[in-house]
Formats: sequence, C-alpha cells, structure tokens
Amino acid sequence: MIQVNDLRKSFGGEEVLKGITATFEKGKTNMIIGASGSGKSVFLKNMLGLFEPDAGEIIYDGEPLHDMEIERKSELRKEMGMLFQHSALFDSMTVEENVMFPLRMFTKMKLPERLARANEILSRVNLIGLNKKMPSEISGGQQKRVALARAVVNNPRFLFCDEPNSGLDPNTATVIDQLIQEITHERKITTVIISHDMNSVMEIGETIVFLKDGKLAWKGTNEEIFRTDNKAVTEFVYSSNLFHKVRIAQNKGF
Amino acid sequence: MRFIRHIGRYMIMLFSVFRRPTKTSVLKELILKETDDLIIGSLGITAFISLFMGAVVALQTSLNLDNPLIPKSLIGFATRQSIILEFAPTFISVIMAGKVGSFITSSIGSMRVTEQIDALEVMGINPLNYLIFPKIIALLFYPFLIAIIMFVGIGGGYLASVYGNLVSSEDFIIGLQDSFIPWHVGYAFIKTMVFGLILATIPSYHGYYMEGGALEVGKASTTSFVWTCVAIIISNYILTQLLLS
Ligand SMILES: Nc1ncnc2c1ncn2[C@@H]1O[C@H](COP(=O)(O)OP(=O)(O)O)[C@@H](O)[C@H]1O
Ligand SMILES: [Mg+2]
Repeated sequence: MIQVNDLRKSFGGEEVLKGITATFEKGKTNMIIGASGSGKSVFLKNMLGLFEPDAGEIIYDGEPLHDMEIERKSELRKEMGMLFQHSALFDSMTVEENVMFPLRMFTKMKLPERLARANEILSRVNLIGLNKKMPSEISGGQQKRVALARAVVNNPRFLFCDEPNSGLDPNTATVIDQLIQEITHERKITTVIISHDMNSVMEIGETIVFLKDGKLAWKGTNEEIFRTDNKAVTEFVYSSNLFHKVRIAQNKGF
Repeated sequence: MRFIRHIGRYMIMLFSVFRRPTKTSVLKELILKETDDLIIGSLGITAFISLFMGAVVALQTSLNLDNPLIPKSLIGFATRQSIILEFAPTFISVIMAGKVGSFITSSIGSMRVTEQIDALEVMGINPLNYLIFPKIIALLFYPFLIAIIMFVGIGGGYLASVYGNLVSSEDFIIGLQDSFIPWHVGYAFIKTMVFGLILATIPSYHGYYMEGGALEVGKASTTSFVWTCVAIIISNYILTQLLLS
C-alpha cells in the first residue's frame, strides 16, 4: 500500500501539485486520471522520488520515503517496476537485453534462465520475434509493450504505469490493461496506473483518483464514476463521444 | 554565483560516482565498451592529426632556420620538444574535447531527455556510477593513447624532414636525442592524466544535468566543448607552472 499525504510541488513559482492526498491499495489496480497537463506524471515522479516534493509525505507500506537513506531507497526501488510514458527503453540495447536488464542487475540468474524469463514475459505482452531488434527499429506501441515487460520481469512489489496504452490499437490496449490487472491480482502487488482513456478506467480501474489543475477533484471506484454528479468528473468522462452517447441513451430511458 | 553552484554540483557528482557501485560483472563489460568507444575509436583521427602536425613542426622549424650557425639537428630537437611537451598532451586533448567530449555529452544528454536516466534510478541503480564511472576508468588508458600519438607525431616530423630533404636522417636523430630531459615525459603524462579526468567528467556533467529536449542536447554539447577546453587550457597553465618552473 502507498499512502500520499498533502503532496505539493512547484516548478519555478508555478504550483503543479496543490496538496494531494490519496491511498493506493495493495492487490488492486489504482488509477490516476485527468486531462493532460493536470500533473499526473509529476505526481507519479514525486511518488517514485524522481522529484523532491516541496511538502507532504509518501509512505510505502508504513515507511516514509523522505526518511529513507539512499541505500534503503535503492533496495525499495529494486522492488518497483515503472513503465514510462515514452517507454524510456535503453536505446543501446536490444529488446531482449532491455527486458533482461533488471534480472541481469539484481538476480543471480544465468543467461539461459534470463532469456527464458524474458521470452515468457514478451509472449504475455504479445511480442514475439522482435528479440534482437533495437528500440529504434520497432513502433511506439511495441516499445510500450517492451517497456511493460521490462517493468514486470523481476516480479515487482509496486508497479507504476504512465499511460500504458496510449499509442496502442484498441485490441492491444485491452490486452495490456488485462495483463496489468492479472499481474496485480496474481501477485498481490500495488499498481498505480495513469490514464486518460475511459475504456481502461471502465475495464480495470478498481480505485480512481481524478486530478484537475493539480488538485484532487474526486476519488472513488469505476462503478461510482458513472454515477457521480461531480461536474469536473462528468465533463471529463463524457467528453468522450462514445460515453456521451451512452449517457444520452440512458437519459432517454433505454 | 551560478558558476559556484555548478562547481559545487560537479564536486558532488564526482563524489557520487563512486557510491552505490553497479554489479562488478556489468561494470567490467561497460568499461570494455567505453575503452573501445573512447580510446580505441579515437586512435585513427588523433594519429592522423599528429602525423601531419609533426610534419608541419619540422617544416616550420626548417623554414625559419636561416642562420647557418644553428645546426640542422635543431629540427629534430624542436619536433621532439613541441610534440612531447604541448602538442600530444594539450592540443590532442582539445581535439578529444570535440570528439569524445561531445559524444559523451550527447549520449548521456539524450538518455536524460528520454528518461532513460530516470529509468535507471527507479530501478535502484546509481546512474552516475553506471554511466560515468566506466568512462573515468576508460580514460585512465588515455596516457597510452597519447604515448602512441607522441611516437606518431615525431615519426611525422622525421618523414617530412628526410623525404622533404630538410635534414639528413642522422642529424634529425641527433637532434631528437639532444639534451633530453626524462622529466619532460613525466610532466607530459601527468598532464595527460589530468586531461583524461577532465575529458571524462566535464562532458558527463553537462549531459547528466541537462534539461529540455533534443534541441538542448545539441546546445549542451557545444557548452560542454567550450568548458572542457577552458578547463584543459587553464589546468595546462597551472600544471606547467607547478611542474616545470
Ligand atoms: N520538469 C518540469 N519542469 C517544469 N515544469 C514541469 C516539469 N514537468 C512537468 N511540468 C509542468 O507540470 C504540469 C503537469 O505536467 P504533467 O504531470 O506532465 O501532466 P500530465 O498530467 O499530462 O502527465 C505541466 O504544466 C508541465 O508543464
Ligand atoms: Mg503525463
């Protein structure tokens, strides 16, 4: 479980996060949603310790991040997996080297074992036969999936995904969403997913935090999000044409 | 004020490079790769430059030697002194600031821009150790490169002298051996070690702490080249003052 209390962060006088409190539960897919520029990525990077928050605390299973020595933080991070918005694959390594990287770094596995594990994960993200390609030789959507494979290959205890299915076709997006949820349930890990895709929210959003202009505007579950009267949320949800039509249909009593 | 902040951050970086080391087997591989990229990969161009610079030094000395009282062997002497004392260590290091320095800045800088450095950090790896330590170790081999460069430069002077009929082979070699001070070679290698450290760390600093996008990577490479040269030239002056006078 990750608890975030009153998190604040400014860049050069402009406050991007204006005091956010949220809980991300173990064994669940926790979603952060909001329009682009609302501070989702900044929020996540503060949680990971990539940015130093101006105020507030981030508590991992009862352990505050800001009290940790750098060595302890490193240990904790070995149990984290992160899928970056733009993949952040190591561009000097092949696809399989990227996926095996955490195993190479942190386990005693020999090469054949690492390869077997990498191939197992790559097939789960529907990527076969690209092992020897460089990241620059595959599409953005494929890079995303390699990055997800790299994030989960070493069985993390905490999984963070920044827009895991942006740039993917609807089919693959669903596969990826479901894979993230499966892994979360299988291994009882704490998963935090940033998204602005309402399909994902419906499919796998077990807890939802809605950010607007750097503030927490709403929180709840994916059942509640379609029933709320919160104006900011309804505007966001029904800005998607499909859902808009669904709502009109509902109002007409279908 | 900003300058002092940079110096402070640079010092902290140097210190942090040696903390939380990466797994030894991985480091070994990285060091080999960096040695190949930074040292072996620079051999061709620096040898080429050095060969012709040695030749030009010999030629210039000969052209400016119109007093019959000064022996022709001075050409060998002048070539040796200028190559060993300044040309191989200092001038080649400035070339390396352009070649190796901007390569280091742009490769680390693009890793910063594309969040690969963040990815390393989130995995619990010390990116400074992972990225910069192997470069520092690789550049410990820099004096070997410079030793080769010295031979090639003097060879260039010799070839230009003999085949350009500036001086006989015997006279050139007499000049080459004339009042040789071994400490000069020691001085040259001490300089080279310091320049190697500068070449590994200042470009890394500019890449590691850069902000922005692809455009800024280009700007950072230019800034890095300027500061690496400045550091080399100033430390050259200080070291010469300390070691030779
Ligand atoms: N490193 C940074 N420096 C300054 N401003 C930043 C930085 N990162 C993000 N911001 C600003 O913070 C705001 C929120 O960005 P972000 O969290 O990336 O949005 P999103 O919700 O789309 O992920 C934006 O206005 C952005 O310009
Ligand atoms: Mg974002």
